[in-house]
Amino acid sequence: MAKREVLTSEEPVNSDAKTRGGRAADPPVSSEEPSELLRELVAHLRQNRNQLREEWVGRIAETRLLTAMSKEEIFAEATSVYDSYVEALETETFEALQNYARNLSERIIPRGVETHEVVGIVLLLRDVLARSLFAKYQTDFRKLNRILDAYEPAANRIANTVAVGFVQERERVIRQQQEAIRELSTPVLQVRERLLILPIIGLIDPQRARQLTEQLLRGIRTTRAKVVVIDITGVAAMDVTVANHLVQTVEASRLLGATVIVTGLSPEIAQTLVTIGVDLGKMNTVGDLQGGIEQAERLLGYKVMAIAETR
Amino acid sequence: MEVPILKQGEFLIATFQAALSDQDLENLRRGLVQQVVKFRSRGVIVDVTAMDVMDSFASRTLREIAHMIRLRGAETVIVGIQPEVAFAMVQLGLTLEGVAAALDLEEGLAYLIEKFKNID
Repeated sequence: MAKREVLTSEEPVNSDAKTRGGRAADPPVSSEEPSELLRELVAHLRQNRNQLREEWVGRIAETRLLTAMSKEEIFAEATSVYDSYVEALETETFEALQNYARNLSERIIPRGVETHEVVGIVLLLRDVLARSLFAKYQTDFRKLNRILDAYEPAANRIANTVAVGFVQERERVIRQQQEAIRELSTPVLQVRERLLILPIIGLIDPQRARQLTEQLLRGIRTTRAKVVVIDITGVAAMDVTVANHLVQTVEASRLLGATVIVTGLSPEIAQTLVTIGVDLGKMNTVGDLQGGIEQAERLLGYKVMAIAETR
Repeated sequence: MEVPILKQGEFLIATFQAALSDQDLENLRRGLVQQVVKFRSRGVIVDVTAMDVMDSFASRTLREIAHMIRLRGAETVIVGIQPEVAFAMVQLGLTLEGVAAALDLEEGLAYLIEKFKNID
């Protein structure tokens, strides 16, 4: 009976307290500022650091996250994450946390850690800390609410920041690898003075085609090539856009004083070129790479003979 | 802005500076052909190394210059087109068809000498 009376008389105060900065209307009992609550929260998290961290690491193991990492590693990273987490809560700034998240991601992505694992452990930490708050303030439901008001937005922002940091780092790595693959897959090779060979293998998309052209033109200028053999034996199919790109590559090379010989056209690609109406009079084509190189050598004034024949 | 035209034996060398106006190109077209007639040149090298853009007007003018010079029995070579410019040109369909092109001045001269060696 007595308990009920207490609850009823506190109700109007409760609804006031829910509005932001509703300090003016409050009776002395719940007069803390949000920032004071945050300080109290941070102090609690610091005081119970070891215990909470252990609990968190335990939960991580339970849910089988971060299996790519050893126990010691998980513990070390957990310590850093915990401390960064609390610091972010305290300072309400997230740049340091974001940098740490990217830094951490740089280290763990090569280990095969996935996005869901990173998001998972941050959410687990959020839960572990929230539970400890429930435990601490279980006798003062109103205060618990206010503490959670301070804690939740910050905790959610932290989870967000870490997840975004991780994903950004992954995207950066992917972009880097794509670039590397593109560079590797279109080598411009000098096989004689003034003769370049560009063997193309695999799928060409418009972006790769563009990169190819740029690399080739730069190569022509650097090596002062007069003949280029582009071999497309390894290209299965070519759509109209890419075929056009090939034609443009031939034309641009000519403007730099180089003749292009295209070799290794499959019947399918030959069909595509005819369909788009390529003026084959403008494009020098030879059946295979060997024939292409022989023609290139003729154009350059070379004659290759077996040594035995010259005796 | 005037385009300097130098005489090198039987050949003329016209060196474009960057950013030529349409009027400059017009003047060049007239001036160059006059010089070919005056010196009875057999070849003309147009050096566009300094050009970082080539628009359709410049491209058409170069083709017309080459055409007019050929009517005088002389040959034209465009040299010094930068890789980025070449790429941009072909994407716009400006291929300078029918006009010889070489990498640079040295190559341009070699081209002309080779061409007239065969004729003589």
